[in-house]
Amino acid sequence: MTIGVLAVQGDVREHVSVLDRLGTETRRVLRPEHLEGLSGIVFPGGESTAMWRLIDHGGLAGSLSEALRGGLPALGTCAGMILLAREITNWHERYLEIMDIAVERNASGRQVDSFERVISCDGLGTLPAVFIRAPYVRRLGAGVKVLGSMGDLPVLVREGNWLAASFHPELTGDTRVHGYFLDMCRKER
Amino acid sequence: MEKGTYRVKTGFSEMFKGGVIMDVTTAEQAAIAESAGAVAVMALERVPADIRAQGGVARMADPKRIKAIQKAVSIPVMAKVRIGHLAEARILEQLGVDFIDESEVLTPADPFNHVDKWAFRVPFVCGCRNLGEAARRIAEGAAMMRTKGEAGTGNIIEAVRHMRVLNAEIARLRGMSYAELVVYGKELGAPPETLAAIQEQGRLPVVNFAAGGVATPADAALMRMLGADGVFVGSGIFKSEDPDRRARAIVAACTHFEDAARVSEASEGLGEAMPGLVIDDIPEHELMQHR
Repeated sequence: MTIGVLAVQGDVREHVSVLDRLGTETRRVLRPEHLEGLSGIVFPGGESTAMWRLIDHGGLAGSLSEALRGGLPALGTCAGMILLAREITNWHERYLEIMDIAVERNASGRQVDSFERVISCDGLGTLPAVFIRAPYVRRLGAGVKVLGSMGDLPVLVREGNWLAASFHPELTGDTRVHGYFLDMCRKER
Repeated sequence: MEKGTYRVKTGFSEMFKGGVIMDVTTAEQAAIAESAGAVAVMALERVPADIRAQGGVARMADPKRIKAIQKAVSIPVMAKVRIGHLAEARILEQLGVDFIDESEVLTPADPFNHVDKWAFRVPFVCGCRNLGEAARRIAEGAAMMRTKGEAGTGNIIEAVRHMRVLNAEIARLRGMSYAELVVYGKELGAPPETLAAIQEQGRLPVVNFAAGGVATPADAALMRMLGADGVFVGSGIFKSEDPDRRARAIVAACTHFEDAARVSEASEGLGEAMPGLVIDDIPEHELMQHR
């Protein structure tokens, strides 16, 4: 099983390193042909606006969208969540429009307000989580399940084969979110 | 909930990887940079080429200018402080600037010390020419590094020099015993604990960009080939003939640096690059990298 990591920009290395530790083969995705034969794809943290320019101009947007709509499992963290969201409440662009969620960009504020804390997740227990200028989920579609939350705020959500986090599980050394994602990918194969 | 932890700071720098950080002086330039795909903008009073041409003391930008740029874009906004200028740094932190560049491009404020960056909630990036400088800045709490190059010249040679020196010194460090490392630390003026961390990882423990002289898509690709995690472009964009196109081209080349066809395509028909300076023509005391 090979998992792709979108590698146009962002913390690609951190995701690859977690997947390595879980014994999974990875492939950096820069071009449409890199999507062939993948069992899942990770959309890393980064700057969503910059990532989108690179996806859009590189001819990747169409192939990504097609693969995801065809059922390719995906994990999006932070900027990755923004790329997957159907709606962005405070921004004029829409990106892949895959998951039925509305997100607010930079909802946790500027970098001086970025933080780390423990969150609780269904089935995974309590997890350390790093929130960096994080997007928050402001609307959940009917088919979207909340797996992790911080008070009333959903921070880890799943819709079918797609999983999205407001935080960065790849920065803490804890592999449980990626492990959960790999289980999703295995079931889909 | 904990804010301003080292993990929150260095984690943020990881998000810039593969990207381009662009110097801007106005809200309009910031909007162009954002729409071209910059991962952050650096809010400045003057770009380095103008600082160099006009001379005099270069200081932190006017807070009014920084606020206007913060309002204009949704991507992170960085700003520069003079080396060691604690009060300028506190002002930028209070303004909610996302990253502070303690920069040799401005006129240094403290002849002895850099800012104690551990004392701040906002993360800092600092310049380096070699392993000793990098290790000292990291020991002072820098959450990101950049090789200095020679800002405002449009000439890549110093950026290459600093990256080559850094890489060679890290390679040398890797083969050392702990006893050798301690002596090497003395030679470099670098703390052994920081060197030990660099030795263990085989690279700097924080993200390292290239800066100072990037003017073309090929320059950006070159610095990535040499191991830079991304690039800062100062005067190279807004001193060129067509900033919007050049900005997009440098963003594309920075990501696709291993794909010569893509870099070639990005390099096509961009108009004039910024006027360049030959380093040997610059009087020694006007070089910013020695600061």
